[in-house]
Amino acid sequence: MTEAPDATLAVILTVNGERHAIRVEARRTLADALRDNCGLTGTHLGCEHGVCGACTVLMDGEPVRACLLFAVQAQGRAIRTVEGLAEGGELSPLQRAFIDNHALQCGYCTPGFLMLGTAILDRDPDISDEALVDALSSNICRCTGYANIVKAVRAAAAEMREKVPA
Amino acid sequence: MKPPPFHYHAPRTEAEALALLAELAPEEGRILAGGQSLVPAMALRVARPSHLIDINGLPGLDRLEVGDGQLRVGPLVRHAMIRRESVPGPLGALLDKVRGHIAHLPIRTRGTVCGSLANADPASEWCLVAATLGGAMLARSMRGDRMIAAEDFFQGFMTTALEPDELLAGLHLPVLPEGTRWGFHEFSRRAGDYAQAASLAVLEMRAGTIAAARIGIGAVEDRPRRLPEAEALLTNRAPTADLLRQAAAEARATLLPTDDDPTRPALAETVIRRALADAAGIELP
Repeated sequence: MTEAPDATLAVILTVNGERHAIRVEARRTLADALRDNCGLTGTHLGCEHGVCGACTVLMDGEPVRACLLFAVQAQGRAIRTVEGLAEGGELSPLQRAFIDNHALQCGYCTPGFLMLGTAILDRDPDISDEALVDALSSNICRCTGYANIVKAVRAAAAEMREKVPA
Repeated sequence: MKPPPFHYHAPRTEAEALALLAELAPEEGRILAGGQSLVPAMALRVARPSHLIDINGLPGLDRLEVGDGQLRVGPLVRHAMIRRESVPGPLGALLDKVRGHIAHLPIRTRGTVCGSLANADPASEWCLVAATLGGAMLARSMRGDRMIAAEDFFQGFMTTALEPDELLAGLHLPVLPEGTRWGFHEFSRRAGDYAQAASLAVLEMRAGTIAAARIGIGAVEDRPRRLPEAEALLTNRAPTADLLRQAAAEARATLLPTDDDPTRPALAETVIRRALADAAGIELP
């Protein structure tokens, strides 16, 4: 209480399975902490007030806006960012599908869409077209590549279904 | 922009949170729950709390309980936790439909029902539900608990009856009896945007006539409210397309929109008519 509001706090973040011991002001958002304190610049910031979804990451498997969480709130939670999608140097099926389906032009929104799409497929790989479009409307792509983003998520779902024998 | 500096507090118990709130409320101390409205307001510098009391680590606040004919929604119940299967009967189906209109998936995983109520945005869907169904808010402070009826709770644009030292500790909604008919309709320019007009209609039918009607309007006036004139018009009548049209027109005439958007009254009438039509099972454009 006697501390100044801009005093820094010791926070340990677990990002993609790795621990990052950082010191941040309470007001530092998770998105800024990932980029500036952890050096993980894959997470992008667009609007910084929760509208655009470029900063979407997974916290304990749930998609969240990293600009609307303070880093100090993410202590003890498992954070997954776009850097955590590829395994052993191999892109995830969704990342591969984004390339194959031209689901990106400028690429600024791509990390957010990849994390959102990963969360959508984790929750419901057989999601209906209507529900998929509704869920993908969470994020903004200003190159307006939505049709190809929908195609990419569908393609990744199909590939993942083939890989996992029922 | 970046949020302005603040002191961060993460209490371990509800009692500790209430003590912090009592101590810090006079210094612009605020509760941080889902943060999906407060944190954007801070980033835009329209909110500058000096202290945030984060209740996310408190155990047991995310309960969704049904008992004594009531649904009780705890302060850490996220929008995404409101699902048809977690609430019995027509109320579950109603809340499930409403949830789908609230922002987007990554907001719904984090934002809370009680946070929306405490924020009291006139366009908030949960505020409309609480006002229409006659919900009650449980306000808790070191001074004790008190229940506040929805009609007293919403006092104006983003203004509630909560005292600065009070935590909104729950929303209580009446469980709707089987057979209750309802309709919800919202107009917004894009999916997930704030509503420009939203209406919830709940009809209790008896032998083909409307025994009781509740009709609510949100996003038009400075707070959500029921529409008693239209409700009275419907009561003890058999629902017909003409009657529902008449009720919606009647409701429109009583509205006092907060802005001079010329489309607002027509949008309001349309969402009321559509909510009523869905409730009555009548096809109406």
